[in-house]
Amino acid sequence: MKTSFVQNIRKYTMLIALVGIWLIFSVLTEGVFISPRNLSNLFLQTAAVAIITIGMTLVIVTRNIDLSVGSVAAFAGAVAAYINVKMGLPAPAAIVAALVAGLVIGAWHGFWVAYRLVPAFIVTLASMMIFRGAVLGITNGATIAPLTAGFKGIGQNYIAPYMSIWIGVAAICLFIFIAIFKRYKRSKFKFSVQKFPVFALKVVLMTVAMGAFFMIMVQNRGIPYAVILVMALAVAFNFMSRQTVFGRQLYAIGGNPDAASLSGINIQKKIMMLYVIFGGLTAVGGLVMTARLNAATTSAGQGMELDVIAAAVIGGTSLMGGEGTIWGSVIGALIMASLDNGMSLMDTNITYQYIIKGMILLLAVWVDIATRKRT
Amino acid sequence: MSDYILKMQGITKDFPGVKALDDVTFSVRPGEIHALVGENGAGKSTLMKILSGVYPGGTYSGTIVIDGAQMRFNSTKESEKTGIAIIYQELALVKQLSIVENICLGDEIARGGVIDWDASYKRADEVLKKVGLSVNPTFPISYLGVGEQQLVAIAKALSKNARILVLDEPTAALSEGESAKLLKILRDLRAGGVTCIYISHRLKEVFDIADRITVLRDGKTIATHDTKDLDENKLIALMVGREVANIYPRKTRTPGDVVLEVKDWTVYDPDINKTIADVSFALRRGEILGMAGLIGAGRTELVMSFFHFWGRKSKGKIFLEGKEFDTKDAGATIKAGISLASEDRKRYGLVLDEDICKNISLASLDKISKYSVVNLMDEIRSAERYTKDLKIKTPSIEQKTGNLSGGNQQKVVLGKWLMTMPKVLILDEPTRGIDVGAKVEIYNIINELVDQGVAVIIISSDLSEVLGICDRILVMHEGRFTGELAVKEATQEKIMHYATGGK
Repeated sequence: MKTSFVQNIRKYTMLIALVGIWLIFSVLTEGVFISPRNLSNLFLQTAAVAIITIGMTLVIVTRNIDLSVGSVAAFAGAVAAYINVKMGLPAPAAIVAALVAGLVIGAWHGFWVAYRLVPAFIVTLASMMIFRGAVLGITNGATIAPLTAGFKGIGQNYIAPYMSIWIGVAAICLFIFIAIFKRYKRSKFKFSVQKFPVFALKVVLMTVAMGAFFMIMVQNRGIPYAVILVMALAVAFNFMSRQTVFGRQLYAIGGNPDAASLSGINIQKKIMMLYVIFGGLTAVGGLVMTARLNAATTSAGQGMELDVIAAAVIGGTSLMGGEGTIWGSVIGALIMASLDNGMSLMDTNITYQYIIKGMILLLAVWVDIATRKRT
Repeated sequence: MSDYILKMQGITKDFPGVKALDDVTFSVRPGEIHALVGENGAGKSTLMKILSGVYPGGTYSGTIVIDGAQMRFNSTKESEKTGIAIIYQELALVKQLSIVENICLGDEIARGGVIDWDASYKRADEVLKKVGLSVNPTFPISYLGVGEQQLVAIAKALSKNARILVLDEPTAALSEGESAKLLKILRDLRAGGVTCIYISHRLKEVFDIADRITVLRDGKTIATHDTKDLDENKLIALMVGREVANIYPRKTRTPGDVVLEVKDWTVYDPDINKTIADVSFALRRGEILGMAGLIGAGRTELVMSFFHFWGRKSKGKIFLEGKEFDTKDAGATIKAGISLASEDRKRYGLVLDEDICKNISLASLDKISKYSVVNLMDEIRSAERYTKDLKIKTPSIEQKTGNLSGGNQQKVVLGKWLMTMPKVLILDEPTRGIDVGAKVEIYNIINELVDQGVAVIIISSDLSEVLGICDRILVMHEGRFTGELAVKEATQEKIMHYATGGK
């Protein structure tokens, strides 16, 4: 009983940490942090990192890494901006080109990591430099701006408030329905289920949290497109990681590559596929980043790989492989962005911003390791 | 002669659930080569680990007396200081370093932390001469063959002024020529006054070189004899002479058609210079085929090579139900209908951080998914079924497999492979490290499978198990099958005869 309590707490540690961070900043900024306008902004700021973190989680789960995401995201954004601005083509063409670039780069990584057995650390470190150079090449060292309305809308537009309300209501209903349906099916097979009060409390809390989230959005200007994109991708990848053969195999590969291989899993092929998917996802993150800034700059995405890896790790992804959840990582990304946002609001010196973020990363991982004692 | 250089008396060592050594006495005279023999698991390695301080004083009971003084080693460093050096089966050499660096490793000649290379070379030259190796000591160790590396390891021990040299299966990876050379050097060392404890499964070598022989069986000292008082048959009888406890549920069956056929299978691993050569055999439906042999004979490597998991295949064909198939990866072999439950369930069997349910379904996800989406309810249902059928003791199938006992872990591995519906199931050491109760359950499961028409191959180093459950026994020695016995005519002595290289 006690251990299950501890396990439950552990599962929600980072969620609790996020709420704690929000409370502290709300007090320190006398309520500015918690205002709908700021929170909506915060979610928008998180979007690009969150999207890439979703994929990074799975890469880390398989005991690999990708250090090139900042450069690759910037490259994909620069490709799109170049097509959109310099060649004057509409947004869809720019988006398709960026996605293709991302997928090809992902295949490049997958080829070296899976089939040439070069450590992912090195392959992607090389790409980090290669594609930073490529960004400079495309942009010619100058900022490409402004984007067409269609393109920048990805990062700056909102779904109208009344539509946002309906989306919110639909999402909450869907969540409740799925929770109850799953519980019903599990109990039908006499499979262990949570005690009803615990289950009810969880559903109520989640409903309240989701309700608050959507209310904040509606009170501001509606849900940003980019935030919808994050949620859709998180739902899709969460499903993939838990319920598809591919997702399951990724976790087995990370947990015990020898056993996975002897169980007939073609590890090379799966790692290749993962990097291709992740390349595409990185391009999506790059598009969101570029659209929000309304420009492709030479320095875009610098240091992003560290934010992304930190977010995944804070969210409970184990660098030893085999462990990590999509939603945990999204929360991790939100924690990192909240720190940035809150400290900027407080006008904290940039020196301390870096130091504090570093210390929190260290602390978060230590707490995770310390509470992870195997039962 | 009654003066002993080494006397181990009343040594008893308990592991959780097993008594590895029970009141063992082992005495060695100075300047002799003393062979220590026994079946796998008889306790030879454990005894030597106590002697070398791997198991520190206090974790066992009994006394170690060296040169009349009672010793108590708390670390390998301490036993080395007394002059004991162990050369393990897996060589403890650093491949990237040079010969001289390896010889001085851990005992570097240095002044103020700066290595004195001249003195190091001098020392290396001296000891290399003693083992009859004329090579440039600046070469990296990887330039040498396995046999020569073995000699470097001995040279290293000599450089530490070892007086008692323990060799654990030194010739296991050596060719015949290399072995002969090694034995000659051991004789030279004996002439120079070095005492040697020699552990080997190759009885021919033992008779060739040893002055005296001590036999261990099931953690007990059975006897110590002068070599001239023994012959091979007498020695084997001493090694295996144990009652076969009747825990084996035997059924009489008539085998059906041939399911699996392997022809001229030859694989080679250049890294460890090991070959599985020209292996051919057939397996029938409803038959349990045992593969016996000593550890390192190549049985595990043989079956792993069916899954593209060991060595490089140079020739050979494999047929399942008359159809040849390509063992290009593990998936192809599993799909064809062969499953392998490895001897190392933690390394090759389970994802320990994941629960029973996910482990059981791991190799059969395609069977329970549609458009590559796993049907979670089907998964739970299958996992529940195998958990029940195999009597896996657990509060829930959501239990992490890392938290289960050895027997239950083994059953989860079995469950995983049963779910693939194999036509041929290969079990490598299926009952190693498992208590008797769980063993019997696993035997019953195996019998049931065979009744359902599955053909089973069991690799086991436990001779009584092989004799107790198999219908037919193939004996492997150094990568080749040296004998085939129907269970009716098989005895432990006959198996040992073939397993030790007899014709």
